[in-house]
Amino acid sequence: MADIAVEAHNLTVSYHHKPVLWDVDFQLPQGSLIGIVGPNGSGKTTLLKSIMGLVQPDSGYVEIFGKPLEQVRARVSYVPQRESVDWDFPISVREVVEMGRYRPGRLLRRLDSTDKAIVRQSIARVGLEAFADQQIAQLSGGQQQRVFIARALAQQADLYLMDEPFAGVDATSERAILQLLAEMKVAGKTVVMVHHDLQTVQEYFDWVLLLNTRLVACGPVSSAFTEDNLRQAYGGQLTILSKVAHLVEEHDFPVRDRSKKQRT
Amino acid sequence: MNTFLSDPNAQAVVAGVMLLGASAGLTGTFTLVRKRALLGDAIAHAMLPGVCLAFLLTGQKNPAWLLLGALVSGWLSLLSMDFIARHSKLKPDTAIAIVLSTFFGLGIVLLTYIQHSGYGDQAGLDKFLFGKAASLTIQDVLVFGWVAAFIVGVVLVFFRAFRMLAFDFDFAAAAGMPVRLLEFVLATITVLVVATGIQAVGVVLMAALLITPAAAARFWTDRLWSMAGLSALLGSTAGLFGVGISALAPAMPTGPWVVVWLSVAAAVSALAAPRRGILARSALRRRNARKMERENVLKAFYQLQEANPLQLTAFSKEDIQERGYFRYSILRKTLARLRRLGLVEVVSQLRWQLTDKGLGESRRVVRLHRLWELYLSHKLGMADDHIHDSAEAIEHLLTPDMEKRLLEELCYPARDPHQSEIPYDDPLRSQNTAL
Ligand SMILES: Nc1ncnc2c1ncn2[C@@H]1O[C@H](COP(=O)(O)OP(=O)(O)O)[C@@H](O)[C@H]1O
Ligand SMILES: [Mg+2]
Repeated sequence: MADIAVEAHNLTVSYHHKPVLWDVDFQLPQGSLIGIVGPNGSGKTTLLKSIMGLVQPDSGYVEIFGKPLEQVRARVSYVPQRESVDWDFPISVREVVEMGRYRPGRLLRRLDSTDKAIVRQSIARVGLEAFADQQIAQLSGGQQQRVFIARALAQQADLYLMDEPFAGVDATSERAILQLLAEMKVAGKTVVMVHHDLQTVQEYFDWVLLLNTRLVACGPVSSAFTEDNLRQAYGGQLTILSKVAHLVEEHDFPVRDRSKKQRT
Repeated sequence: MNTFLSDPNAQAVVAGVMLLGASAGLTGTFTLVRKRALLGDAIAHAMLPGVCLAFLLTGQKNPAWLLLGALVSGWLSLLSMDFIARHSKLKPDTAIAIVLSTFFGLGIVLLTYIQHSGYGDQAGLDKFLFGKAASLTIQDVLVFGWVAAFIVGVVLVFFRAFRMLAFDFDFAAAAGMPVRLLEFVLATITVLVVATGIQAVGVVLMAALLITPAAAARFWTDRLWSMAGLSALLGSTAGLFGVGISALAPAMPTGPWVVVWLSVAAAVSALAAPRRGILARSALRRRNARKMERENVLKAFYQLQEANPLQLTAFSKEDIQERGYFRYSILRKTLARLRRLGLVEVVSQLRWQLTDKGLGESRRVVRLHRLWELYLSHKLGMADDHIHDSAEAIEHLLTPDMEKRLLEELCYPARDPHQSEIPYDDPLRSQNTAL
């Protein structure tokens, strides 16, 4: 396996004594696009948060690039779920993206011209130049998601942990984000992404991690994204799944027709 | 008032109280955007036992001791709320309510004890309950003025860090910001603000001094910096107002008047602020309604022309009313407006017709309606009998830019799904028979 970006050892996390992640153990390779897939409440968000040290595990630990998080924090960027913040907050797009340039050691210092240039570039890369000085409430859901991604880009990290960046996103934003992912992959970045749409897993990711409190499977999409594993991860919710599982079996994955998606 | 203000002591009091109001306004901005509005109230009430204990232990109302007592019990209340929220499944507002009532109850017990045990000097403790800005002594103001100046300084220095914490705690923590430290600093200045602010307005109304200026400021701006500035300004006018009231009418309780002043400011903001205010929003709604009425009448003209075999162009009000199902009073007003805009004119025998300009406008509205129906039907696959209602609303919203994109995407179609012709200004366009 290529160099390892994220490695979890026997990770167990619980809220009020109820385990949400149970003895999860995996390694994710550098330089790939990795999807985390599982039903609602299966612990996907909790997994990202424990990688970022935002929740304390009961046992086990996580290493990033072979080191504890504290030593490599500047190389890791976190994109929270969009609903986790108040989009009515009195702040502009630029001010949010500038947060990507704040660093612990220079909390009170002003941003310099390099920082400002990086902020401008990051906004341009997600195609929001025209909105830079608008308040974030005036953006569409997809544009708000792109603001979060621009903030992550401004951090210039090597590993990106994104929580459902495609949730509630319009077609333009989806295309813009996909384009960015492709660019990031070419630049050798690692992107770990919670993803809810099983139909696009094949198309978007190299590697997949199937989760349902316990780790169901983790590996290259071709070997880990199987009907058996999906059945294990999703259990009784298989009605929606049978169709997908069927496609998986055929080993022939049609590229999604966007006009059809809008029709549903 | 004049004699009051020429006294240098009084000037110091005014300056101190204004600074105090400003510090409350600044800190309250963060309390508000972090959605902790209840917290100020809880901390204020929770300070009573600390103040009473400080008085009992030292036997005097030295402002520094009372402030210390207030700080300690304010802080303890914060810790208890945090503890309850962390170690139980209770909701945060339940935790706040429990702590508030427990601490305040204890405070009332202590206060009653003090009042009944003949401490001659306990009258000053009333200030903590109801506030009396003008009776502050120069010593009081020296203590509180410096505390307030310190708070203003801290907020200005940590402004961006606080903003990041308030907007996205998880991101700040993930980026390695010292979030625990920042939370501690923010909590400490909130406790400090409340402890000092109580002097001016009293326990019961302190929450209003903390939250109302920020809430009023939010109506006027979409940026945290200007919101904080405006809120500080409002807070300091509240301080000034409080001193003025208690100097002019010593019998009046200061706190309630300060709160009345702030509430008026908040009400005016909610009403009159541009864009977010109630008036601005209802004006916008009214403008939209007028626009819809105008466009619907123009459309009725177009449809009447299109439908009649004699190529008539002038119609009576009754014709128009029948065509568009308008209320008569609205039709009358709308026709008058269209006439003032030069879109319709009166010809003989009370008949109305479109001017050239009006004809162009009516074509545009009909075109948008039919284009949108076509879009829904062909691009989104909606059933033909479901698309009319959507188009009725959307035709008034589509901008010229969106119109252009629709036209391109649909290749300048000639007919809509119901086979009605799509009217163009440039007759050549209608030659196109794509679809
Ligand atoms: N802060 C919290 N306190 C208590 N329970 C939580 C908390 N966050 C998440 N949970 C619970 O943990 C489980 C996993 O949540 P989450 O990681 O958000 O799942 P996912 O992102 O896969 O939908 C859910 O049952 C959720 O209700
Ligand atoms: Mg989640």
